[in-house]
Amino acid sequence: MKTTVTTRDVGDVKIVELHGKITIGAGDLQMREAIHAAVNGGAMKILVDMKDVTTIDSSGVGELVGCYTTATHKGAKLKLVSLPPKISDVLTVTQLITVFDVFTNEKDGLASF
Amino acid sequence: MTEASVSPGPIVLWLSSRFENLELGQAVLEYVCRVRGIENDAEHWIGVALREALANAIKHGNRQDPSRRVMLSLGGTADDLEIVVGDEGEGFETTAVADPLAPENQMKTSGRGIFYMKTFMDDVTFTRGARGGTVLTMRKHLGGDQKKGVQTR
Repeated sequence: MKTTVTTRDVGDVKIVELHGKITIGAGDLQMREAIHAAVNGGAMKILVDMKDVTTIDSSGVGELVGCYTTATHKGAKLKLVSLPPKISDVLTVTQLITVFDVFTNEKDGLASF
Repeated sequence: MTEASVSPGPIVLWLSSRFENLELGQAVLEYVCRVRGIENDAEHWIGVALREALANAIKHGNRQDPSRRVMLSLGGTADDLEIVVGDEGEGFETTAVADPLAPENQMKTSGRGIFYMKTFMDDVTFTRGARGGTVLTMRKHLGGDQKKGVQTR
């Protein structure tokens, strides 16, 4: 699956949808650019939809952490939704799953802001 | 040649230091796993470790210099899969790598690659290459349930 990142708005929430691999030299930078664009564009509520992410590596995880920090410093909230089990496992073993607000579906994620 | 007649390896590749070659390494791993009957779940986690190893060799070992090569070997015995990744860099001290689980490192944007390799493989060792560089050897035991998956929880 080719890595793509798309965005859409639901009310005042910017939803960033990730598809494919979020790995070094590929989706990691695309993800960062999309989230930074949302933050710089004034989005204060960002929901990162990961249901179509097939693989994430340490570079992708690092970028996700960096995006979270960037958003937080700007006063925005960044939350994650629909993590496939293997993606959740990658965040769990490094204890990052406790850092992010994670929701099982978009409805719950939207309602959390 | 039928798959059943294929030797377990080793299969050796020399790759230029480009991140695109992670896909080639992954494709060869998928082939080896299919031939050796390693199931999808285990293959996924071994693949994560392999990508980390290759990315480290390209980025930190060879500094993304495409004229420097990365050696990838996939072999082992009937009971384990051995992955060896060698670079042509200056070498590094693994003891200098910070613990990514330490609270002061939790929000750092890098430093998790070796941790993932050690989590998803059974044995990970770093040695100095005969001609310099770093040689990483990772092993995954394939006996019993280990062939079916990796416990991460």
